[in-house]
Amino acid sequence: MRAPREHHLQTVRYTPFHSRTSAANSLNLWHRWRDHTVSDAYFDVGLEYTALRNAAAVFDLSPMTKHRISGPDALAFLNRLVTRDVAKIKPRRVGYCVWCDDQGQVIDDGTIFHLAEGDYRLCSQERQLDWLLTSALGFDVTIREETEEVAALALQGPTSCAVLKVLGLPGIENLAPFAMQSFPFAGSELTVSRTGFTGDLGYELWIDPAHAEVLWDRLFEAGENHGLKPMGTFALEMSRIEAGFIQAGVDFLPADRAIRTDRTRSPFELDLAWLVDFKKPNFTGRRALLEEQRRGSRFRLVRLDVEGNKPAKDAYVYDSKRNVIGAVTCSMWSPMAKASIALASVKMPHGAPGEELWAEIYYQKELKWSRVNARCRVQKGPFFDPPRRRETPAPGR
Amino acid sequence: MTDSGRIVVVGAGHNGLVCAAYLARAGRDVLVLEANHQVGGAAVTRELVRGFKVPSVAHLLQLLDPAISRELDLERHGLAIAKPALKTVALSERDEPLVLDGNRVESGPVSAADRAAYTDFIDRMRRYATVLGRQHGRVPPRLAWDSWRDAVPAGLIGLDIRRLGRTDMREFLRVVTMPIHDVLEESFESPAIKGALALDAVLGTKLGPRSGNSVFTYLHRLSGANVAPALPRGGVGAVSEALAAAARAAGAEIRLSSPVAAFVVADGRVTGVRLENGETIAAAAVVSNADPKRTLAGLLGARHLEAEFARRLHHSRAIGTAAKLNLALSDFPEFRGLPAPLRGERLVIAPDAAYVDEAFNPAKYRDYSRAPVFEITIPSIADPELAPAGKHVLSAIVQYAPYDLAGGWDAQRDAYRDALLGVLERYAPGIRKLVVAAEVLTPLDLERQFRMGGGHWHHGEYTIDQFMMLRPVPGAAQYAMPVAGLYMCGAGCHPGGGVMGAAGRNAARVVLEGASR
Repeated sequence: MRAPREHHLQTVRYTPFHSRTSAANSLNLWHRWRDHTVSDAYFDVGLEYTALRNAAAVFDLSPMTKHRISGPDALAFLNRLVTRDVAKIKPRRVGYCVWCDDQGQVIDDGTIFHLAEGDYRLCSQERQLDWLLTSALGFDVTIREETEEVAALALQGPTSCAVLKVLGLPGIENLAPFAMQSFPFAGSELTVSRTGFTGDLGYELWIDPAHAEVLWDRLFEAGENHGLKPMGTFALEMSRIEAGFIQAGVDFLPADRAIRTDRTRSPFELDLAWLVDFKKPNFTGRRALLEEQRRGSRFRLVRLDVEGNKPAKDAYVYDSKRNVIGAVTCSMWSPMAKASIALASVKMPHGAPGEELWAEIYYQKELKWSRVNARCRVQKGPFFDPPRRRETPAPGR
Repeated sequence: MTDSGRIVVVGAGHNGLVCAAYLARAGRDVLVLEANHQVGGAAVTRELVRGFKVPSVAHLLQLLDPAISRELDLERHGLAIAKPALKTVALSERDEPLVLDGNRVESGPVSAADRAAYTDFIDRMRRYATVLGRQHGRVPPRLAWDSWRDAVPAGLIGLDIRRLGRTDMREFLRVVTMPIHDVLEESFESPAIKGALALDAVLGTKLGPRSGNSVFTYLHRLSGANVAPALPRGGVGAVSEALAAAARAAGAEIRLSSPVAAFVVADGRVTGVRLENGETIAAAAVVSNADPKRTLAGLLGARHLEAEFARRLHHSRAIGTAAKLNLALSDFPEFRGLPAPLRGERLVIAPDAAYVDEAFNPAKYRDYSRAPVFEITIPSIADPELAPAGKHVLSAIVQYAPYDLAGGWDAQRDAYRDALLGVLERYAPGIRKLVVAAEVLTPLDLERQFRMGGGHWHHGEYTIDQFMMLRPVPGAAQYAMPVAGLYMCGAGCHPGGGVMGAAGRNAARVVLEGASR
């Protein structure tokens, strides 16, 4: 590890699980995630996805940006930062949130982990230290990035609770969604939160990096009879689209990166109105969002059920009068929904559930391009949302 | 405006008083809360020592908007001019002084070419300054030009520049962001003229004559009705007293010794103020004459602001570099080569532009200047009531003395005073022996005694990047703040400080329009 000042010189980084992920990565498929080397796929994307949806799969999420926020004003600071009421996230609970710039445009989304009174961890897709420090002016709060101080795995899928029971975490089935609990583990402490990015029953496991490898090894021992497989980012991407989760830089442009003002999106325009709480104290973007609520939004994020079997990659979206009203941001053939599905951003007033739209899909067969105009139906709710995701006690077999 | 309709003005500086007077004249219920025991903020006359009264901070009147004098009838409320249109006398250790009278060189060590050039220069700069002058009475447009309401005033600025005519417009656009030093080098050959004009450009700023924008700050000085400053009778504090009298006559109440601790915020709206003594006063609107950082980051609190806006505010520049030296003197000090009729004029120590620039250098490194520039008045000559018979008060603005002095002012104030007296002694031998009492107000003292953040006389640097719709920062440049019920009316707003009153007058208009969002 280099000195903090020379942090930028180290451009290739490995996660604390690298010895294990590299041994498992028989495809040698990698990509760079915040400078870290992570697996796109280990042995077969389809089989990894199948393991996730039918048994359980492990994803190395260590590179996810983690910020530690503590001090007397930690709650007040977070409440000014994000659009939802953080006071409602009790200790040992987790909350999904977004934060906006002054114009009410989403900078990023993430999760707030209420570790203890006055002590929080904020996980985000993008690096946010600059914005957090900007937002800290006038608050008695300490903020630091701790991405590399915490190793993390996502354990997701129908048998994930069963795997953790075999691992020896007593009472884990009683852990409610968005709750967290710590257990003694191999001479260290393992923190488990019932959270994830797959839309299924699942957990995220947090441990100090020195105990990362032992966690990986024990987890796979425990999962041997429960179909546990490692999965890479490709399989995760499939699962999050089915779950209807959005991703920064894909489904919306982080506002701090936008040059053109019409490229950004507000929480309302990302179907996240439920995260905006005007009853709590002031937060950045509040005035602009109140104004948007009064004047109406410009865009709407929709989930599309696309006719046929062609993924609507990068497709223009048309209304019934053949006007371009938006574009697809992500798409796939969903094995669970047995349908071609997509997320798209369309201009208001379009996108009400049930509306019929059209996607102009270009696809290739053996280097020959073809085009199809596929009928789409705006879907209400996610494509994949099994009840076990919310059940407590969680199904343990 | 809601229920009670009472408007609380925080701070009885000259802009606060102007604003209060206009609001009261419009029939509003106005309460002015002032932290100090007298009105005026930094436009105040205080007793330095028994029998000697001196304008503590601001000491000349040049930019006061004539419309305000007229509309508020300040003469009837006691404003009188002891000496109008002061000449500028640039002192020298060796030569005869340079005497400038309006746009004319009256006498001094300058070439014939420079005499002609000076008149041309002043006339030219006055024409350019009309572009700024025309903005004084306007509410700046917002930068989000999505409505005609904002696009039209923005277009008017362009039109004002266009109205200069082709030649002047091109020259204005060429020089407006330049360092004054470069323009002086183009225009003059005599060091004394360049020194005096360089001082005029940078007084009250954290700029040297070689800094960009110093032509702009010079134009600001010329943008009012008067080409030369005046001495009000009773010191600049008398202006504040007249404004207070006008405000009271219109029905405003002024409470002294009532420092405000914080604004009261409810449901995202400022609903009143809490005094340091704990008392809470409800208000339909609060108008702050305090500087922008104290108003928004201090009294309101950053948590009630948007994060990016708070960052912008945090980074706005407001580091004072001007100190004040006030002396009570047992006799008139004899300045070298200064004839008796010129004693009551504006005396400056800025022998050449390089001297001014070198005086600036230490401020960049958080040190004070050992060879500083001075703007000196001896108001007791034209206004004998300021001092006992035969005795005098001397009032001097001294640069550069940075607010953020390395090692702190408390440990160095006395050494600084002695250094200043040492410099004065070279220009007025024997002055030290005449000193009955001396007061040095460093920017830190100005902050402590007059609550000006950073000890900055103008509540923030007055440069193009902090001008008009950028003053103090975008989002707060139209007097109505982003938080409903809160307005600002001080020098940190357009068109700035310098005992103009225009900010207070414009703010009153916005408050009356109820333009709060």
